[in-house]
Amino acid sequence: MQISARRLENKTIFDVVGDIDLANSPAVRKALLAEIKEKKIPCVIMNLEGVKYIDSSGIASLVEGLKASRDAHARFILFGLSKSAREVLQLSRLLNLFEIYDNEEQALSNERA
Amino acid sequence: MSSPIAPPLQAAPAISLKNLRVSYGDREILHGVSFDVQQGETLVILGGSGSGKSTLLRTLVGLERPTSGEIWIKGKNLATISDEELDTLRRHMGMSFQGGALFGSMTVGENVALPLREHTKLEDPTIEIMLRLKLDQVGLSGYEDYYPSQLSGGMKKRAAVARALAMDPEILFFDEPSAGLDPIIAAGIDELIIELKKAFHMTIIVVTHELASAFLIADRMVLINKGEVVALGTPEEMKNSPHPRVRQFLDRIPEPAVSQELDYLQMLTEERHGQRR
Repeated sequence: MQISARRLENKTIFDVVGDIDLANSPAVRKALLAEIKEKKIPCVIMNLEGVKYIDSSGIASLVEGLKASRDAHARFILFGLSKSAREVLQLSRLLNLFEIYDNEEQALSNERA
Repeated sequence: MSSPIAPPLQAAPAISLKNLRVSYGDREILHGVSFDVQQGETLVILGGSGSGKSTLLRTLVGLERPTSGEIWIKGKNLATISDEELDTLRRHMGMSFQGGALFGSMTVGENVALPLREHTKLEDPTIEIMLRLKLDQVGLSGYEDYYPSQLSGGMKKRAAVARALAMDPEILFFDEPSAGLDPIIAAGIDELIIELKKAFHMTIIVVTHELASAFLIADRMVLINKGEVVALGTPEEMKNSPHPRVRQFLDRIPEPAVSQELDYLQMLTEERHGQRR
């Protein structure tokens, strides 16, 4: 799994490529929390177009990101979820908790709105 | 049906057993068991007491070593892979034991978190969210601070399932999931197994002698008798099977007295290896 960050004005977009699982979800968590808690970026966006599989440790890391962003009155956005990632969120009753868009354009336009 | 029915052609099986033999000392329990379990299917292993079904399950999860034959899981031969590969493979497997096997001195949450703390480098807050997700999946939301002794039998089973789910297994094993539960609670566990399969597309192996449960949850069933595969097929195929042992098991016909006497005589007089009478 690879995670890289793009800065766009007052937003950070994380591009994640590969599976998010027990072995690498701590890296996702660390990157997310640093951006939200330490750098206090007001809007963090996760590009999950390159993620086919996300396990429950990955889901838990996203939940941590969501909680940290709410605590900081920031926004936490997901886009490009695979069918299976969407299913996992649905089964965990988390789908409606997250702000989710189909692609980056939508995620950014809704962010601007 | 007098011989095992071949499974339909599909992707590589999740589990493949080839002429598996297992012994306890001189006594051979499994006499050359062969069958495949397809990815995403629920296979129920049926058999009476002493049939060898629990030994088969214990061998599949690595608690017993076969004397000969092969076990292939996710395309890997257990006998030839490195310890590291075996460890990785085991992380893809979850096991729900008959008695629940929860640690009584730990809370339900600590029990569920145990595999995550032992085998991963996840941070505590991540583990805390995960264990709550797992408890929610088995219908035990809010029970993380309870001790096993404070739970009913059915709830203990559910907690054990949550712990088996902790590492997101691809293959889940259940040993007698309904044992000791009343029919209504047992039906709830059956429902949970069906839901888990649907939700996570897991391969599920269930050992049971509860027929009602087996017919409800199984995609296919295998009947083990005296350490051998007697029949393998869908619930419908098993229901219609004319095989005498299948009929005896499904129709709950007791062993004939003569046969019992013969078995008893054999048991009393059977020669053990290296032992002269």
